[in-house]
Amino acid sequence: MALKIGAGDVERIHEHALEAYPEECAGALVGIDAGGTKVVVDVWRAENTHEEERSRRFLIEPLKIKEFEERAVEREMGLLGFYHSHPDHPAEPSEYDRDHAWPGYSYVIASVGKESVQDVRSWLLKNDRSGYDEESILG
Amino acid sequence: MPKVKIPTPLRQYTNGESQVDVGGGTAGDALGNLATEYPDLKQHLYTGDGKLRSFVNVYKGDEDIRYLEGPDTQVSEGDELSIIPSIAGGSPGGGTGGRY
Repeated sequence: MALKIGAGDVERIHEHALEAYPEECAGALVGIDAGGTKVVVDVWRAENTHEEERSRRFLIEPLKIKEFEERAVEREMGLLGFYHSHPDHPAEPSEYDRDHAWPGYSYVIASVGKESVQDVRSWLLKNDRSGYDEESILG
Repeated sequence: MPKVKIPTPLRQYTNGESQVDVGGGTAGDALGNLATEYPDLKQHLYTGDGKLRSFVNVYKGDEDIRYLEGPDTQVSEGDELSIIPSIAGGSPGGGTGGRY
C-alpha cells in the first residue's frame, strides 16, 4: 500500500503544523483508493478540540468526521485517513495513537519544530492492533 | 431489524458491506450481534474487557447514543445506527506516553 500525495498538499500540511505549533494540528486526507495506492486529492483542516494538553494531544469530534465523510462522498471521494503533527517529537505513532486507530486509515504524522517541519511519514495500523506498518509516501 | 452503517476502513471485516442488518432490540445488542457475526471486527470496536473503545461513537440517526440511553437505547425495524470514530492521538510523553 502506498499513499500518493502531491507537493501542494504536503505543503498545506506543513503550513498547518507550523501555524499550530506548539500545539498539535489535525485534518483529513480526502481522495480515491485506487486499489493498492491511495491518491490524496485534497487535505481538509480540522480544529483540534482536545480540551487540554493540545501540545501533545489532538481530537477531531465525530460530528466533524461525519461531515467530512458526507462532503467526501458528495465529491465522489472518500476519507483515506488523517494527518496530525507531533511538535518537537518524531513522526512516529505513539502508544496513545495506537489506542485510537483503525486499520484501513492512513495516519500521516508531521514532526514539527518552531521553524520547520522535519519529517512527514505515513502509518497503517496492523490488523491485530499490535503496531504499525509504515506506508510509502509517493509524490 | 435495525441497520448498522459500517465506516469505510472497517468494511474489510464485513465482506465489503457498507450497511448490515442485525438483530437486537437495543443499540448494545445490535452492535454485539454485529461483532458476533463479523468476529474480526470486534477488537476494533471493543477493548479486551468488552467495553466500547473510547474513540468509537455510535449514532442512532443523528444522535449520539451516549445522549440517549447509551447501549440500552431502543432500536427497531428501520432504525439506522452509524459507527463513527473520533480521531484522536498525540505525541509520546506524560502518563499515557511511550512509543510502541
